[in-house]
Amino acid sequence: MPSLAAKKSTRTPARSGRPAPELIFGDLWEFDPAPETADPKLKSRYDLFIDGQFVAPKSGRYFDTINPANERKLAEIALAGRDDVDAAYQAAQRAFDTTWGRMPGRERAKYIFRIARLLQDRAREFAVAETLDGGKPIKESRDFDVPMTAAHFFYHAGWADKLEYVAPGHRVAPLGVVGQVIPWNFPLLMLAWKIAPALAMGNTVVLKPAETTSITALKLAEILQDAELPPGVVNFVSGAGETGAAVMSHPTPVKIAFTGSTEVGKIIMRSLAGTEKKMTMELGGKAANVVFDDAPIDQAVEGIVNGIFFNQGHVCCAGSRLLVHEPIADLVLAKLKNRLKVLRVGDPMDKNTDIGAINSKPQLQKIQELVESGVKDGAEMFQPACRLPSKGYYFRPTIFSGVTMSHRIAREEIFGPVLSMLTFRTVDEAIEKANNTAYGLSAGVWTDKGSRILKMSTELKAGVVWANTYNKFDPTSPFGGYKESGFGREGGRQGLLDYAKLI
Amino acid sequence: MSRLPITKTPKPYAGGAFIRSESGRTFPLRDASGAFFANIPQCTRKDLRNAVEAAAKAGPGWARRTAYNRGQILYRLGEMLEGRRQEMADTLVRFGDEAAAAAHEVDTCIDRLVYYAGWADKYEQVLGNVNPVASPHFNFTVTEPMGVIGVIAPDAPSLLGLISLVAPIIVSGNTVVAHVSEKSAYPAILFGEMLATSDLPGGVVNLLSGLRKELVPTFATHTHLRGLSAVANADERKAIRLGAAESVKRVHFADASTAGWFEDSAQSLYRIRDFLEFKTTWHPIGA
Amino acid sequence: MVAKSPAIAFRRLFDEVGTVDQIGVEERVAKFTTRSIKKASKIWGLKKAVSMVDLTTLEGKDTPGKVASLCQKALQPHDDPGIPTVAAVCVYPSMVRHARKHVADSAVKVASVATAFPSGQAPLKTRLGEVRAAVQDGADEIDMVINRGAFLAGDFSRVEDEIAAVVEACGVAALKVILEVSELETFDNIRAASFVAMGVLREGDFIKTSTGKTSLNATLGNNQVMLEAIRDFYLDTGIAIGMKPAGGIRTAKQALQFLIAVKETLGDAWLTNERYRFGASSLLNDLLRQLEKEKSGSYQAPYYFSEAAESY
Repeated sequence: MPSLAAKKSTRTPARSGRPAPELIFGDLWEFDPAPETADPKLKSRYDLFIDGQFVAPKSGRYFDTINPANERKLAEIALAGRDDVDAAYQAAQRAFDTTWGRMPGRERAKYIFRIARLLQDRAREFAVAETLDGGKPIKESRDFDVPMTAAHFFYHAGWADKLEYVAPGHRVAPLGVVGQVIPWNFPLLMLAWKIAPALAMGNTVVLKPAETTSITALKLAEILQDAELPPGVVNFVSGAGETGAAVMSHPTPVKIAFTGSTEVGKIIMRSLAGTEKKMTMELGGKAANVVFDDAPIDQAVEGIVNGIFFNQGHVCCAGSRLLVHEPIADLVLAKLKNRLKVLRVGDPMDKNTDIGAINSKPQLQKIQELVESGVKDGAEMFQPACRLPSKGYYFRPTIFSGVTMSHRIAREEIFGPVLSMLTFRTVDEAIEKANNTAYGLSAGVWTDKGSRILKMSTELKAGVVWANTYNKFDPTSPFGGYKESGFGREGGRQGLLDYAKLI
Repeated sequence: MSRLPITKTPKPYAGGAFIRSESGRTFPLRDASGAFFANIPQCTRKDLRNAVEAAAKAGPGWARRTAYNRGQILYRLGEMLEGRRQEMADTLVRFGDEAAAAAHEVDTCIDRLVYYAGWADKYEQVLGNVNPVASPHFNFTVTEPMGVIGVIAPDAPSLLGLISLVAPIIVSGNTVVAHVSEKSAYPAILFGEMLATSDLPGGVVNLLSGLRKELVPTFATHTHLRGLSAVANADERKAIRLGAAESVKRVHFADASTAGWFEDSAQSLYRIRDFLEFKTTWHPIGA
Repeated sequence: MVAKSPAIAFRRLFDEVGTVDQIGVEERVAKFTTRSIKKASKIWGLKKAVSMVDLTTLEGKDTPGKVASLCQKALQPHDDPGIPTVAAVCVYPSMVRHARKHVADSAVKVASVATAFPSGQAPLKTRLGEVRAAVQDGADEIDMVINRGAFLAGDFSRVEDEIAAVVEACGVAALKVILEVSELETFDNIRAASFVAMGVLREGDFIKTSTGKTSLNATLGNNQVMLEAIRDFYLDTGIAIGMKPAGGIRTAKQALQFLIAVKETLGDAWLTNERYRFGASSLLNDLLRQLEKEKSGSYQAPYYFSEAAESY
């Protein structure tokens, strides 16, 4: 607003001599702790869920799952070995052959609807469990993860008896038994993304939750029992990498669906070479969030914040590379800094916490290491002066400015609350920088010009483009990547088809 | 004294030109009777690299053509083949086909091109959609071509196999680098001449003749190839999958028997879909 | 400089102040509603809100008696001496002298709507006369309405000149400029109008959402757009303009959400009644009820509080 301001400053000479105006985000009105108190109803020990029953692992081995917010043990989780995985696959195959694979779609639908409803009934309990186990803020698990999980079951349930509309020109049939491995960033939601379409299509499932976040999957098993889902339709085998390898390499599954890092995705793809197994891979990202000078700036700033600090930045589609049109770069950075000053970092169970705990110690170390590389490479770092809890894994929201395309923080997926800001001068330069990555999961664009939105949306090589918004998800909306961010889609009609065979 | 005819030096069509291998190597091709037919360029890894570069360069322009225009060009390709139908059929006969079978193959090739030409401005309407998200956003999913796709064509039916693999890939705006049948490379080389006169921009389809065992590994590992559509045996499939993993390449193997390529089921909307990416765009709805 | 040609003025202003995405604003403010304010921080917030209330009566049936009782309530909202007085009483010009008499020289200010409130549809001369008369009668603050017709027609210089004339007529009285957001309709217009007004306001003056006389009044959304305009103007010029959402804020819970917006958008320096007000009539009693509940631990019936909006 140069001319209004200029006029004002000539009319009010009082301004000269004053220090530059600043906003004060202090502790005049500090908020008292507002802990969520709902009971997560945790058991001290969680067994495997195979063939409709909770069963002890054949090895008798369990591992601890801890609360990353305070490093305290939450429960013991069964460690599934090869034998357990084999039992799970046998149960899944039996269920496919005898019940689920033969059931009319309208009956399958009702089971899946039941799951959605039962989860809604126990939403708060699940939200608390999710936050305790994973470290994400309670307001996110309460307002996003759990309701979105229920929505995914609800959406896909309705497909089960309408499958003739999924693939025009073809009838479809289930594939059979599917093996699925999911990550720790959205434990319950990723489970729903995997299970709901698979079940709607008539497949049966063996799923391995992430090592650090198994609790809500095993709690969901209670719901599957309450829903009277036939035994073996869904089986949960908890464990770490070895269990995952057993799930992937077992001969039974006709399809493997994986969400996780590109590095592990490639290992899985190699391990499946020579088999005829189908695959869906939802892998890493390094999304560009492109802000033009005519963008609605305050909403763009909010979108940038949502894009990178949602779930501590543990999001494969996080907008981790901010590309700002050069003339407004200083303005955007100044606004971002003020916005970061009012983000509340701390106890994930506090209802006012915006940024919770980093999921695990190794993840925290990885973030620290990459941030150090950013400093070393010469980028300028900003972190707000927030107090962090003394126990637990926390990391301040961080912005690097003056980043170039060759910096590691501009190329590698950090998977943490760390934003790298770069600038551009022209549309073509923005497109080139945005696409200069092996990833292609998501991208953001902020501009008030309609035709430019469509141009950018066309040119950005990414499976999801958020225009004047960021990090939006919906069960009806297909999600998945280009290039080394994976293949296949999750959500919508397109996602469903990845669990079908055309006949 | 009767006139000695001149023979055509067979050169595959790649990068919009008729090329020899950069290596200068050739391999002799014999016809069905065992008689020497011609020396065929034995394309190498480097020829493949060059072809991928040409395909990548041609890609954006091809993808930006209107769907209507791509459809017309594929149809035009059919016209070119129809116009040289007899010449192509005679060629197939020379490499061992019965006359009737050869004519049938050429006819099926033409029909297949026409089939995919017609899809050009329709597949998007069938595969894409608007998504009714539970928030004030307009949300739609459209398809986009992946980029440069590799094709490894079968030996039989060499021409129909090649065309059946290539047409659904290029109709959406992808570009192709194809390894043509080693055993019967010549029909593909002849087909290259039709590509060159069909209004198809240079670099959209690049044909490489050469030894399968030399080229397949490079097709598998070249990271700029975003996808691979191949007819391959079990060992090749494993090698292709291993190589593809390095760049998360999309791989589709075609299973049709020789007779199967002639069936209507060998052509499908879903062969186009195999080499499409789905892009979902969100935008707020507000005033 | 505001151009004379409406077309050019219109485009120039909107280019200068930038665009606002409605859905983005609504998503931003939804986050304020999920803040959970407990215990001491709640009491602090409730008391702060009490101190920011412009206790308002703007009825055709207002009488000196009603204004007297309103003033009594303003001066002593509750028998608990720990609860502050409100910021001001807000009345029609004809009631200013009565209000002045009752609040005397306490901290409670007398505010008066003027300028042919709520429509503003009177000749400028008449409107200015009304302002001068209210100030003459003892108003500390004037709440004016902008010329929405002129704004929507793109005649910004007229809007600006009229505000400037009212500033002058105010003398030492503070001015609150009502944008009447429901008639401006879009967040883009609200942001632009905020800048037009701030361009001629003085430090300590306010911009205000609404008259309370239309269907849509203060919302977290329009409040946010105006707070962000104030923030951008302040960071650019160093001039701190105040903000007054008015109408529609009836509950303590809502008031706390508005205050959280202030805390997170403008920061601590705006958490004062010198820079933030609530234009409201029934809000005060709910704030008092909640304060009493925090103190006693029991939920409170409305009829324990004087001037209750509802007597059921």
